[in-house]
Amino acid sequence: MNDPVNSNFENRGPAMANMNISMSPKSLGHLVPWAVAIAFFFLFPERLGQWTEILIWVLFTISMDLALGYAGIVTLGHAAFFGIGAYTAGLMSIHVTGDPIIGMVAATVLAGIAGLITGMLILHTTGVTLLMLTLAIAAMLENWANRATKITGGDDGLQGMELGNLFGIFEFNFFGVTAFWYALGVLFIWFLIAYRIVRSPFGRSIDGIRQNANRMRAIGTPVWWRLVVMYGVSAAMAGSAGALTSYKTEFVGLTVLQLLTSGIVAVMLILGGQKTIYGAFFGAAIYIMVRDTAAETYPFLSEAIIGIMLILVVLFLEDGVMSVPKILRRRPKKAAE
Amino acid sequence: MTGATSIGLSVENLFAGYGETVVLDDVSLDVPAGGTLAVLGRNGVGKTTLLTTIMGFTTRHNGSVKLDGRAIENDPTHKRVLAGIGYVPQEREIFPSLSAEENLLVALRPGGWSVEAVYELFPRLAERRRNAGNKLSGGEQQMLAVGRALVGGPQVLLLDEPMEGLAPVVVEALFDALAKVRDESGVTMILVEQHIDLAIEFATDAIVLDRGKVVWRGTTEELGADEAMQASLLGVGVEDGG
Repeated sequence: MNDPVNSNFENRGPAMANMNISMSPKSLGHLVPWAVAIAFFFLFPERLGQWTEILIWVLFTISMDLALGYAGIVTLGHAAFFGIGAYTAGLMSIHVTGDPIIGMVAATVLAGIAGLITGMLILHTTGVTLLMLTLAIAAMLENWANRATKITGGDDGLQGMELGNLFGIFEFNFFGVTAFWYALGVLFIWFLIAYRIVRSPFGRSIDGIRQNANRMRAIGTPVWWRLVVMYGVSAAMAGSAGALTSYKTEFVGLTVLQLLTSGIVAVMLILGGQKTIYGAFFGAAIYIMVRDTAAETYPFLSEAIIGIMLILVVLFLEDGVMSVPKILRRRPKKAAE
Repeated sequence: MTGATSIGLSVENLFAGYGETVVLDDVSLDVPAGGTLAVLGRNGVGKTTLLTTIMGFTTRHNGSVKLDGRAIENDPTHKRVLAGIGYVPQEREIFPSLSAEENLLVALRPGGWSVEAVYELFPRLAERRRNAGNKLSGGEQQMLAVGRALVGGPQVLLLDEPMEGLAPVVVEALFDALAKVRDESGVTMILVEQHIDLAIEFATDAIVLDRGKVVWRGTTEELGADEAMQASLLGVGVEDGG
C-alpha cells in the first residue's frame, strides 16, 4: 500500500464533488492564505510593497499552474503574456484612460487573445518542441519591445504612466495601499475562477489530457482545442498579473518579457507544488522573501541561496512545499509498520 | 440509455500500420447493425492494430472505414467517437488521478448513457465511485473502461481483449453485462479475444487474422464446427501459456 502514486490520492475524494467551498472545519483552511495576507497588511505596513509583489507573483504562478501543472503544457514563455499585460496596462494609461479597471480588462483580454492565437499555432506539439516554441515566441516579443522604442520606450522602459483612482476614489500612491488591495482583489477573483475550472468537467478532462492525450481522444475529447482554451485562460491570468505589476510601480521595463521572468514563475510553481493552486501562494511568498532577505544580508550570495533552496526542494520535496503535510502524515504510518 | 437504431461498421481493403510498416494487409470486414464480430488470431497478427486503425491512431496507407455507410477514415479520433464509435483498449487506461466517477464524467456526451445507467449495469462501480482510478481492481477498471465508452453513446463498441487477466467469475459478470448492452441497446460490437470458446459463445460472426490478412471468415457456429481452425488457434494458445 505504499505505492507513491497511489498515496497521492488518499482521502481526496472526487474533486468535482467538492465544487462548493462549504464552512466545514476542514475547508476553513481555504481562508488561511487570505487571512495571512490581510493580517500582514496591518502587522507590517512598511513591507506593503513586498507583499503586493508577492500577491502579483502568486497570480502569475497560478496561471503557470493551469498551463504547466494541470494541462502539462511545457512552457518557458509565459513572460510573453505577463509582458503583454504589463505593457497594455501601461500604454492604456498613457494613451487612452488612466482608469485601472478598464486598463486591467484590456490587458487581460489582450493577453488572453495572444494566448489563444499562439496556442493554436503551437499546441499540436509537445515536449521539447513545444518548450522551444514558447521560448521563441517570448524572445521575439521581447526583441520587438526592445526595438519599438517609440511605443514601449525600449530599454529605458515605459515612462509617464498616469493612473486614475480605483473606482474613482482610491489613489495609487507612494504608500501602495491601493495597489495592495487591488492586487488582492484581482487575485481573489482569478483564484475563484481557477479553483472552479480545475474542478469542473472541463478541468478534469484537461487533467486526463495531461495523463493520456490519446485516451482522451478515444473518448471523444477535442484535445487540441481544450488545450488552446486552457492556455488562453492561463495567458489572460498572466496578463492580469502583468497589469498589476505595472500599476504597482507605474513603470514597465523590458524585464517583464525576459526569459528570467518565465523562469522565476516556473521556479515558484515547482517550489510551491504543481497542481494544487495553493502551491502558488507558498512558492511566490517563499521565493520573494528568501530573495529579499538574502539580498539584504548577503548581497553577493542571494542568487546562490535561491539556487541551493531550489535544489533542496526538488531533491527532498518532489511535489513542493504543498507536499509537506502529506509527508508528515505518512511518517507515523511507516514507523508503526 | 440510448434507444437509437443500430448502425453497422465496415472496413474495405484496409492497409495500415505504424509509419512505413504495414501491419494490416488488405483487411475487409463488415459488421451489420447490432451484430457482434469476434476478431481472432495469434499474438501479433494485427488484431489490436485493426481496432486502433478504426480509431485513427495508426498510419493508414489505403482503404476505408465506414460507419453506417459514411466514410470516417479521414476524421480525427474524437470525431469518430462523436460519430458513434466507443473504444475499450486492452490496457484499460483508466486515468489514475481521476476518481471512478470523474473517469465517467469526462467522457459524458449528450445522447450517451448516464452515469447512473452505468452504475445500474455495474453496481460495483457505484460503490467505488469515489476511489481514484488506480485504486480499482482489474475487474473494476475493466468495468469502468466499458462504462467510460458507454457514456459517450457508442453505437459501435470496439473491445480489445476485455477479459484478459480477469478472474473467471468477473469474466462471466462482464460478459453478461456486455450481452445486456448489446441485446437491450442494439450496440454493434467488435471483440478481439484470445479465448475462442468465449468468442464463439458471445459473437455471431468471426474473422481470423494471420500476419495482417483475413485467413478465415464465417459465423461463430461454423467456427465451432471447424475443428481444424480451432486447433490451429488453440495450438497457439497453448504455446502462449508456456
